[in-house]
Amino acid sequence: MNQVEAAGIYKVYRERRGRPRSPGCCIFSERCLVLKNIAFSIDEGSFTCFLGPSGCGKSTLLRIIAGFDRPTDGRVLINGLEVTAPSPEHVFIFQEDGLFPWMTALENVSIGARHISNPDEKISEVLEYLDLVGLKGFEDYYPHELSGGMRRRAEVARALITNPGILFMDEPFGALDFVTRMQMREEMVNVHEMFESTILFITHDIDEALHLGDQIIILGERPSTVKSVITLPFGHPRDISRGELADLRKEIYFLMGLHTAL
Amino acid sequence: MKKCLPFASFLFTIIVWETAVRAFGISVHSMPAPSQVALGLWEMIRSGVIFHHITASLFRVTWGYFLAVCTAVPIGLVLGIWRQAGQLAEPLIQFLRPISPLAWIPFALLWLGIGDKPAVFLIFLSVFFPMLVFSMSGVSGIKKTYIRIAANFGLKGRDYYVKVILPAALPEIVTGLRISLGTAWVVIVAAEMIAVKSGLGYLIIDARNSLRMDHVIGAMIIIGATGLVLDRCIRKLEDLPAVKWSRVLK
Repeated sequence: MNQVEAAGIYKVYRERRGRPRSPGCCIFSERCLVLKNIAFSIDEGSFTCFLGPSGCGKSTLLRIIAGFDRPTDGRVLINGLEVTAPSPEHVFIFQEDGLFPWMTALENVSIGARHISNPDEKISEVLEYLDLVGLKGFEDYYPHELSGGMRRRAEVARALITNPGILFMDEPFGALDFVTRMQMREEMVNVHEMFESTILFITHDIDEALHLGDQIIILGERPSTVKSVITLPFGHPRDISRGELADLRKEIYFLMGLHTAL
Repeated sequence: MKKCLPFASFLFTIIVWETAVRAFGISVHSMPAPSQVALGLWEMIRSGVIFHHITASLFRVTWGYFLAVCTAVPIGLVLGIWRQAGQLAEPLIQFLRPISPLAWIPFALLWLGIGDKPAVFLIFLSVFFPMLVFSMSGVSGIKKTYIRIAANFGLKGRDYYVKVILPAALPEIVTGLRISLGTAWVVIVAAEMIAVKSGLGYLIIDARNSLRMDHVIGAMIIIGATGLVLDRCIRKLEDLPAVKWSRVLK
């Protein structure tokens, strides 16, 4: 069943005066077209990766789907209803650190557990989720006392505890070191298998998309259009260096303008 | 050794000062030597006069500071949250802020007569505007991501203000508290040179009138030392977990 349905999405930004025009913006116009006629649909419970060059409007698109931003034209339907504002049923994990730095890990995750009214129940649930993401023993730590990977885990716990219908993730592991990023990638596979949430995941890392996605939506340069939608009917773990996945990988590299063999 | 280093500059200054006064035979009425200042200070400590003046100054600063913080912070928060009101008030605040509180002395005397009230009023003014500005910018400077996340998790009303807005603005407010306490302590000396018969500012004027320059310098030393103690105390606020995060983040 289609859960997210985007139809004819356009986004135009007003160029701010005095700022150098970014490439892709029309020289003679004061306005700048970022998204052009974007349409796609996403199945319930699937893992969709958005792949595209940096600055192509991926983040803008995800913010529009989540209701933080309004499209200039077109509309987004979630479960048949038009999105107009962010909803607590769908959680967004931003590119930058999103834990409240004035709260401990425990207090932060509790923000996601506000639907549980019984305080004892709430605490035990929060502790369970912190344990789930491997933060047992760090309950009373403040975000600045945790490593980058731990902060991301706490944020994932805060999102999962709400049992979100949709989980939006905007390049969540971009700022992490290589090994931590790979670990987080593995854990996302587990999260996807354990929880029923639909996941919309932005990345510019082709391998990450191949490892994680049930579907990859490739966006082009500004003004972005949907260049290609690729379905990945493969189980986990995936070996992307062999077989069909390796062919797909080559194809995607080509689609993204990397022509020489990699 | 490292702990002694800050005191070395003090020691050096005192030695040079003492030697210079003695070598050039400068009169105690134009520049007393450190030894003479120490004697004068001891005289004031033994008679307890100095404590009377310190208490009087601290009393006025406390009241002016307390009243200003209690009014400026809530108003500043509201102006920060309610954008239109903030934009409306901003030019007026920025216009009034650079006017020295001392420029209000004629009105302070005219409206409040003599006694503690005009001094408290001047302290109030010196704290009110900085605190207003710091509280406003504390709110308007909150990262957009935090606001979006609060909206995403459905934080509304009281929860939104108590769990997100106030704690996010707190570090800036605490910076304001520290800076304006310093300002208040600077202003109190001038404020006490009018209309009162106690306080460290009064002590300086009174000592000058009786040509006791050693007492003038003694009072200056006490002002400096008390200011230092006040700053050290309020700095403790910056180490609280609720405040510390903003410094670590940068």
